[in-house]
Amino acid sequence: MTEPLSRDDVAHVAKLARLRLTEDELVRYTEQLGKILVHAQDLSSLDLHGVAPTAHPFGLVNVVRSDEVRASLDPAPVLAQAPDVEDGRFAVPRIVGEAP
Amino acid sequence: MTLPNGWEMVVGLEVHTELKTKTKLFCGCANEFGSAPNSQVCPICLGLPGSMPVLNERAVELAMAIGFALNCTIQDSTFHRKNYFYPDMPKDYQVSQYDLPINARGYLDLPDGSRVSIERAHMEEDTGKTTHLGTSGRIHGADRSLVDYNRSGVPLVEIVSGPDIRNPQQARDYVAELRSILVAIGASDGRMEEGSLRVDANVSVHKPDTPFGTRCEIKNLNSLRSLTRAIEYEALRQIDVLEDGGSIRQETRHWDEDRGETSTLRVKEEAEDYRYFREPDLVDLAPDQAWKDRVLAGLPKLPARRRQDLEALLTNPTDAQRDGVTTVVDLNLDIYVEGVAQAQGDVALAVARAANELAANIEKLANLSVENFVATVAMEQSGQLSATQAKNVLSELLDQGGDPVSVAKAKGFEQLSTDSLSATVGELIVANPEEWQRFKDGDDKLAQFFIGLVMKATKGQANGKAVIAELQSRR
Ligand SMILES: [Zn+2]
Repeated sequence: MTEPLSRDDVAHVAKLARLRLTEDELVRYTEQLGKILVHAQDLSSLDLHGVAPTAHPFGLVNVVRSDEVRASLDPAPVLAQAPDVEDGRFAVPRIVGEAP
Repeated sequence: MTLPNGWEMVVGLEVHTELKTKTKLFCGCANEFGSAPNSQVCPICLGLPGSMPVLNERAVELAMAIGFALNCTIQDSTFHRKNYFYPDMPKDYQVSQYDLPINARGYLDLPDGSRVSIERAHMEEDTGKTTHLGTSGRIHGADRSLVDYNRSGVPLVEIVSGPDIRNPQQARDYVAELRSILVAIGASDGRMEEGSLRVDANVSVHKPDTPFGTRCEIKNLNSLRSLTRAIEYEALRQIDVLEDGGSIRQETRHWDEDRGETSTLRVKEEAEDYRYFREPDLVDLAPDQAWKDRVLAGLPKLPARRRQDLEALLTNPTDAQRDGVTTVVDLNLDIYVEGVAQAQGDVALAVARAANELAANIEKLANLSVENFVATVAMEQSGQLSATQAKNVLSELLDQGGDPVSVAKAKGFEQLSTDSLSATVGELIVANPEEWQRFKDGDDKLAQFFIGLVMKATKGQANGKAVIAELQSRR
C-alpha cells in the first residue's frame, strides 16, 4: 500500500499553520497522521450508498438568535492579553501582503 | 472602450456587502462603524477557546432578501471554516459558506438590457481592520500593523457574478445597480468609500471564440471610478504581456488609485490551502417555505421596477430624463415625483428638480414636505416662478422649511404682471429692430435672444413661456 501522505505533505500543512517542526517531528507526524488517514480509508471501504453525509449527531437545523445587542467585553482586559498594544489596537509584526 | 487587435476582456465581480444588522453574525456585539477600537468584541468574535457561535436571524433574512432580489435559488446551506493564518482573524479561520451557499444561480438585469449571471451569494463573517504603520498607511514598507477587531464577525454577503462582463462601463453599471438594490432592500448602506461595499474584479483577456485567458484578481477598488480604471488598466497590461510573447500568471493584484496601476500582491494560493472543513459549532441552515415566503413578502419594489414606473409617467423620456429618474430612485426621492404626478403636475420638471436640487441637499430633505415640493413645481409650471426663482425657493425650503408661497413672497418673487412684461418686450423690440425683423421673417432662433434680454431686464423674474407667448402675439 502506498503511503497515505508524505513528509512533504506534513511540511506543507505545518507551514500553512505556521508551525515550525524539526525533522524528527516531521517523520513522526507523517507516520501518526498517516494512521489516522488509513482509518478514514477503512470507513470509505464501507458501502454507504444512499446514506446522506452527516456533520452533526443531532438533527437540528436553523439554530438562530434574534438580532439584539449584548454587552461586549471591556477593552482593557482584552488588550491586556495582547503581546503589544498601540492606540487601543493589537500591535503585530509588519504584515507582508494582504489577507487571503 | 475598444481593446486593440481584436482582444476582448472577460470580467467577473465579487462584491462583498456588510449587512445592516444591529449585531454581528455569530455574537451579540454591536455591528457599528466608528466606535473606539476593540470596544465591540467578545469571546466569540475573538475566537477564545470554548466560545460558541450562534447565527443571527436577521442576517439570514437579509441574505435571503438579496437572493430573492437577484433571482437566485434559495437553498439549504452549510457553514465551513476557511483556515488561514493572518492577524485580521483572531481565530485563524473565517466562517464562510463553501460548497452549499444560501443563494445560488441568479441573475441581474442591467439598465442597458444586458444580463449578468450570479453564481452565488453566500454569507460569511468580516475580518478585523488592520492599519499598517510605516509608509503612509501603505501595505508595502509597513513596520508594524495594528488590528481592531470591531469589524471581525460583522455579517457579510459575498455576491459572485459569472464571467459575463465585457467592458468597464458594464462593470460599473453592474455595481451601481447592485448597490441600488442592496440599499433599497435595506441590506446595506452601500458606501464603497467606507468599505461597507467592497468590490474585487477578476479580469482576463482573450480573442472572441477562443477559451478564456488566465485571470488576475484585482483588489482595493474603493469607488466606481477605481473599478473602471483598474479593469481597463489590467486588461491593457495583460494584452501587452501576451503580445510580447509572455504569459499571465494567476495572481492577486493591488490597485493603486494614485499611480493608476495594478501590482502583484501575491500569487494565488490553491483552494486546498485554505483547508475548508465544516464548521462543527454551527448546524445547517434550511429555511422552510413559510420563512422564505415571509422574507419575500417583505421585499420592497426594486429599483428597476421603480424606474420603470416613474418613466411611465413621462412621455418619450430623453436620456437626460432617464438619468434623472435613476438618480431619483437611487436617492429614494420617488415620493416627490409621484406627488407631482398625483397632482397632475409636470413630471419631467419634477424629475429635473428632484434629481438636481433635492439630490444636492439630500441631508436636508426633512425640511421639505412632498406637498411643498408639489406646490413649488406647480408655481414654476404655471409661470408664477421662473426656473431660477423656483430653484431659489427650493433651496430656501430645504434650508429653513416653510411653504413656497410665503418664501416666494418674502424673496420678492412676485409674478411679473402681464402688462409689465408686455411693456418690457415692447421696449426691447424698439431697441433691437434688426433682430425683431429677422424674428418676424421666421427665424425662430431669435426668440432665445429676446428671452435673454427680457430675463436680464427683469432680473430673471420673467417666465420664458410667457415671453414667447408675448413675442408670438406681436409677430
Ligand atoms: Zn462578539
